[in-house]
Amino acid sequence: MFLNKIIGAEASLRTKIVSLVGLLILFTVPLLANLFDEPFLVDIASRILIYALVAVSLDLILGYGGMVSFGHGAFLGLGAYVVGILTHHSYEGTAVAFLPGEWQGTTQAFIQWPLAMIFSGLLALIIGALSLRTTGVYFIMITLAFAQMLYFFMISIPTYGGEDGLNIWERSEIPLLDLYDAKSFYFTCLILLLLCLWCCSRIVKSRFGMVLRGCRQNEVRMKALGYPVYRYKLIAFVLSGMIAGLAGALLANHTEFVGPGLMHWTGSGEIMIMVILGGMGSLIGPVLGSAALLMMEEVLAGWTEHWMIFLGPMLVLIVLFARKGLYGLLIGKGADNG
Amino acid sequence: MLTIELFLEQSLNGLQQGVMLFLMAAGLTLVFGIMHLINLAHGSLYMIGAYVAASVTQASDSFALGILAALAAAGLTGMLLEFSALRRLYNRDHLDQVLATFGMILFFNELVKILWGPQALFLSTPELLSGTLEFIPGAPYPSYRLFIIGAGLVVALLLRHLIIHTRVGMLIRAGATHREMVGALGVNIDQLYTIVFGLGAMLAGLAGALAGPMLAVEVGMGEKILILTFVVIIIGGIGSVRGALVGALLVGMVDTYGRAFLPTIMRELLDPASADTVAASVSSVAIYVLMAVVLIWKPRGLFQAYGS
Repeated sequence: MFLNKIIGAEASLRTKIVSLVGLLILFTVPLLANLFDEPFLVDIASRILIYALVAVSLDLILGYGGMVSFGHGAFLGLGAYVVGILTHHSYEGTAVAFLPGEWQGTTQAFIQWPLAMIFSGLLALIIGALSLRTTGVYFIMITLAFAQMLYFFMISIPTYGGEDGLNIWERSEIPLLDLYDAKSFYFTCLILLLLCLWCCSRIVKSRFGMVLRGCRQNEVRMKALGYPVYRYKLIAFVLSGMIAGLAGALLANHTEFVGPGLMHWTGSGEIMIMVILGGMGSLIGPVLGSAALLMMEEVLAGWTEHWMIFLGPMLVLIVLFARKGLYGLLIGKGADNG
Repeated sequence: MLTIELFLEQSLNGLQQGVMLFLMAAGLTLVFGIMHLINLAHGSLYMIGAYVAASVTQASDSFALGILAALAAAGLTGMLLEFSALRRLYNRDHLDQVLATFGMILFFNELVKILWGPQALFLSTPELLSGTLEFIPGAPYPSYRLFIIGAGLVVALLLRHLIIHTRVGMLIRAGATHREMVGALGVNIDQLYTIVFGLGAMLAGLAGALAGPMLAVEVGMGEKILILTFVVIIIGGIGSVRGALVGALLVGMVDTYGRAFLPTIMRELLDPASADTVAASVSSVAIYVLMAVVLIWKPRGLFQAYGS
């Protein structure tokens, strides 16, 4: 069964029940939204799924590889910008800048989305190759610096909106599917998320994943065993960047807008919070974290304009007292930490 | 045109920005070097300093009183934070520290928005310092900026004296290298840490108060300088005060020169329209490029901290 493949056949009964209930909720959200006559819930749920996708991608390197990337917003943002720029040129009928030839962009998802993944992956390759030479707090700060570089770079390019960002006048096109329909869009996101969870669970359990987890626990020992640690970590970093790029492509479609704000370091911080809040080193955790944080924002924002004044201290308390995250709370003792 | 006056003037601007960054970086790097804590909320202390200084100066008409109030407010807030939450994080993973202090940023930004409103405050330069001095012939320079340079250099010297020649400084250095040993010799380590944190917070508050008359005092001003400060201490080597000074001056100079001279240089090479774009993007990423280059060359920064 699909579920077993994600959480592992040997998982405890409690883990299975929790995952099954989660999956059931995910598949019935549009139905529930109809039932309660609150169609905007589907919109929020799509956003949760998209952020879950980024959070899972970060968890792959953070929870399993021990790489605290504080610049994940860069990959998310670049993915979004790829879609934004291609749509912009296709809408205006102008040639894509910085590229040879006269390609006028496209709105086809099957071209846009893989391109978003490729560009984010390339960016991750460059950033990773340089950053992975450092460790610890230096790694945190250099990834942050690279993301900030990209942020200021996008701000200073007036062709693509600069500080104001780009409006996306047309969503991506998939044959036989209308992404303007909230439910179709939701299920597209859901399927991509499940696909990504499945891939990641395969990766984590593979020999590659074991080496990665070994690096997190004791890098020196892995080196002594003869593993090319740097190469393993770099590949994981690039994979993570690619998934974040895909999420960016979805997010661009969801908000119908891309702006440099996506790459700002507070955005990267939020992704990190989702991973920790949900429980890092478990693939389900980041999904829970994304849902929890975005719903918390939604609920608190409904109460008061100054909702951050509650969110901030809550984060401090979570860090101080709930170290294994929501997943740890739900699963109990069995929650493994990478 | 590149003239010698312009160059000297921009060098002073760079020095002034560097001094400002040093005030921030000194506290941040001390806290990291001694308590091993990454404190993202350092920028919030800067913001608190700026707001309190602006309010008190407007109410009392005395900039000196404003600075004193800022020092007190930032120092007390810092010690309160340390006492209530941060000391529990010293032995934790850097990840936990980043998250908890990120939460504090959200809290303080919102708190300031509630207390002072979302509009930015503008503070005029104190009358005594609002003139210019013409010590470079042909290029009068604002005396307020000179005042900041002077104040920063005095603080740097005082800090050096404190760390090298006083008893507290000796304990700080010892605490950084042999935490348990210092504790075993009967020094109250918890108290020492609170003092160090308060000292760093006061420096941040001072930087905020000094920045008031030059920048808009607004929510989010802390994050802007925080990231620059991190770049500074990473370049200088985390934990090293000397590194913080060198890093701050380097970043201040590179940033200022980039913004001042790149557009002129680019216009020589490219057509005017694209020259401005390229210059703007290159100068805004220049310091991050500097940091990346330093880290690739020296993965642990330019200077080593005590004990590492």
